[in-house]
Amino acid sequence: MRRLMILVSAFMLCFASAKAASAELLNGAGATFPAPLYSKWSYEYAKQTKMKLNYQSIGSGGGIKQIMAGTVDFGASDAPLGAKELKEADLVQFPMAIGGVVPVVNVKGITAGQLKLTGEVLADIYLGKIAKWNDKRITDLNPGVSLPDEKITVVHRSDGSGTTWIFSNYLAKVSPEWEKKAGFGTAVNWPAGVGGKGNEGVATYVKRIKNTIGYVEFAYAVQNKLNHAKLKNKAGNFVDPSMDSFMAAAEGADWKGTPGFGVILTSQAAKGAWPIAGATFILVKENPKECAKAKEVLKFFDWAYTNGAAMARALDYVPVPKNVSDLMEQAWAKEIKCDSKPVWGK
Amino acid sequence: MSDNLKENSGGLEVSTSGADGYVSLSARRQSSGKLADAVFKGVSYAFALSVILLMALVFIVLVKESWLSIKAFGFSFVYTSVWDPVAQEFGALPSIYGTIVSSIIAIVIAVPISLGIAIFLTEMAPKRLKGPIGTAIELLASIPSIIYGMWGLFVFAPFLSEYVEPFLIDYFGFLPLFTGAPLGIGMLPAGFILAIMIIPFISSVSRDIFQMVPSILKESGYGVGATKWEVIWKIVLPYTRSGVIGAVILGLGRALGETMAVTFLIGNAQEIKLSLLDPATSISATLANEFTEAVEDLYLSSLVELGLILFVITFVVLALAKLLIARFSYKGGNL
Amino acid sequence: MRLHYQKRKLANYVALTVSVGSAAFGIIFLFWILKDVFTFGFAALNVDFFTQVSAPPGESGGGMAHAILGTLTITVLATAFGVPAGILAGTYLSEYGRKSKTASVVRFVSDILVSAPSIVIGVFVYAILVKPFGGFSAIAGAVALAIIMLPVVVRTAEEMLKLVPDATREAALALGAPHWKVTVSVVYRGALRGIVTGIMLAVARVSGETAPLLFTSFNNSFWNFNLTEPTATLTVTIFNYAMGPYEDWHQMAWGAALLITATVLLVTIISRIIVRGRAG
Repeated sequence: MRRLMILVSAFMLCFASAKAASAELLNGAGATFPAPLYSKWSYEYAKQTKMKLNYQSIGSGGGIKQIMAGTVDFGASDAPLGAKELKEADLVQFPMAIGGVVPVVNVKGITAGQLKLTGEVLADIYLGKIAKWNDKRITDLNPGVSLPDEKITVVHRSDGSGTTWIFSNYLAKVSPEWEKKAGFGTAVNWPAGVGGKGNEGVATYVKRIKNTIGYVEFAYAVQNKLNHAKLKNKAGNFVDPSMDSFMAAAEGADWKGTPGFGVILTSQAAKGAWPIAGATFILVKENPKECAKAKEVLKFFDWAYTNGAAMARALDYVPVPKNVSDLMEQAWAKEIKCDSKPVWGK
Repeated sequence: MSDNLKENSGGLEVSTSGADGYVSLSARRQSSGKLADAVFKGVSYAFALSVILLMALVFIVLVKESWLSIKAFGFSFVYTSVWDPVAQEFGALPSIYGTIVSSIIAIVIAVPISLGIAIFLTEMAPKRLKGPIGTAIELLASIPSIIYGMWGLFVFAPFLSEYVEPFLIDYFGFLPLFTGAPLGIGMLPAGFILAIMIIPFISSVSRDIFQMVPSILKESGYGVGATKWEVIWKIVLPYTRSGVIGAVILGLGRALGETMAVTFLIGNAQEIKLSLLDPATSISATLANEFTEAVEDLYLSSLVELGLILFVITFVVLALAKLLIARFSYKGGNL
Repeated sequence: MRLHYQKRKLANYVALTVSVGSAAFGIIFLFWILKDVFTFGFAALNVDFFTQVSAPPGESGGGMAHAILGTLTITVLATAFGVPAGILAGTYLSEYGRKSKTASVVRFVSDILVSAPSIVIGVFVYAILVKPFGGFSAIAGAVALAIIMLPVVVRTAEEMLKLVPDATREAALALGAPHWKVTVSVVYRGALRGIVTGIMLAVARVSGETAPLLFTSFNNSFWNFNLTEPTATLTVTIFNYAMGPYEDWHQMAWGAALLITATVLLVTIISRIIVRGRAG
């Protein structure tokens, strides 16, 4: 018994000394959409600076909540908060990357990009109104493609998610019925389907269950070799999801004129625009309690703005253009204050 | 409170060891012994009480944290089936339904098998096999539930969707319970994995109870020419009835609160479907999925209220099980 | 008459077959699960697994060393919190309370807490430790596990202490030793083997817990030596990796599953052998 106690106290002592010597750790949580990118960035950043940035993808809803509750140093969300919400929660928001949400299907014989869908059809599939793969409305869009006489299994997110926010925002824009029945948000009242946790969960279910349709962030679709569907955009063209089509959607965005930078990029009018595009955001406290940590967080994202673009492209994310990131850093200097002194300033 | 007592005891030790006078050594020793006794008793009493306090505290904290939702929805929370984070409307019915139905499926599958195992171990197995087989079954109980969940998702779900569910749909599809697509995840797979998880509990408790049947009862059964099965069915089971029911309810209590395995396999859909092949959700799965992610206070509060409901349900069920088992072991069986 | 006899014989035969079948069913599942955990798990184990921290998706290599450390840390801490408290409470039940009303209420409550849903304990600890003190931490995770451990230790400690015959206590008391000293140096010593076994089982059980850690110790992709920061554990990492879409994540998850299952089974078997050695 006594030996056990000695062991335990020795163990605790080890910890106490380790704690004093340990390098700093930053905690962030939120969106699963940019998680591969953030973990790649933090992996490289830790190599260069010894600063560890622990990012856990728990969903955008979680990111917003955890930063509000102050349990993490920064939150991440794909669902932009409005200026008023930001003010109330004492938060500052800035975009880190642009990506797209992609409908993915697992139907025998259908290859990537082979299936064409419109927003209305996609909404009706998710409403449960189109229940079979060989429904006339799908076959009409896809002459020459053989679709099975099987039930469609819809996969959606089971957690609060910015991917859901972007996706449901798009469906609400193209389908009045969707807007009325489900609305849009980080979590919605799904009329049908199976729920997967995170982009990962949805990707896993789409891979494992036959005759499914799901929606994931583009990088997840590419890395998991899931088969995407083409979508008809606002200009009337069927487009594939790609860096170019996301960029096209982002081009028209007015960052400067949008309060809180909460730009929405779904159903943009540009000719080649992918209709379900969106930016992914970081949330930090406007008046942080721990000044040193707040500064380290901003230092990391500054590093990511300057050095992270190539890594972002390699992982199929569109990096934030230089003029936008400059705008953001100006906003940091102006808005984020600790003991009423600006935290950021080069 | 316990901290206070600890400090006291620390102080006392110092004074007793420092005051070892020469003259009144034995008297002092006696009084210090008494004091130390009182302190030791007090400390152990405090820790015993802390178990009760802990239970009370869990309950109070859950009520406090779910107060917002209790105020907003009142009792309708329990019977509303809408779970709509956008409109901020929450009802626990799909989660409660999923928790109860998946547990019932588990019980329906697990009870006959567990009793079979218990009977095998007490009445049939050769002595050499009793130990190893009993241990093997109990080892099933020590496998962490996350392993069941992971194995369930990667191995068992594909197996079900490939072989078992198509069979159910083809031959029992006329029943509304077995319609839909063979996904491999849903209410039935969750219930099935729960059954495997609770079999060791039910079988080991019932085995212990079966062993308490006086052999004179069984022997008189064999004496009048009854078969082994007749002895089991007409003597052992009636004699141990309340204990076995207790064991079953104990298993039910386990199944109700199980989280990880269910989260992997139930499909996480906030809806109530008659078909057991369709995805559903349970209270524990809803918590595991949504708790860290609920943004609004009301959302979070509703989730905590779900936890409170689960806590109360399992409390009632386990209390019932305990009373039944206790009744059996104090009074013996009732014929 | 003959027909009736045959019917009875048939019923007997069928029932006994079903019973043998049930035992076989249980054992088949045990071996099925173990076979998969071991075959998939062994394929994932290598030096990196035990020495590296997790790598981002798409990056080769990476391991679970930080999660192994995290699980050890949190389990040891939980043991340090839960075991002394549990043994003392168990001591009260066996040495002082015995048939008192308090003792029976404590027993009742412990038996219920043993099977209380562990996820609810996670919610509870989130509300009392994580939210008010602003952060997920190894300590919060350890407290959650300690709460789960406490009732198990209380009950086993009591059972084991009760096995020490009263005559032994009376003999020591008759020699003039104070009650507490009798408890500590006679009763505890007599029940040591049983108590240690009980603790081992309790530790094994909590080291495989996942649900209470999701909202308390959270997760971390790096080494963490600070008890007030989020900490990775094998089980939570399994949850994240198994739900993830990447093949190498699944591999890692199987490796972690093997590690945790093998440990838990080993501890369970060893403690069984200890108990049997005592009985025989």
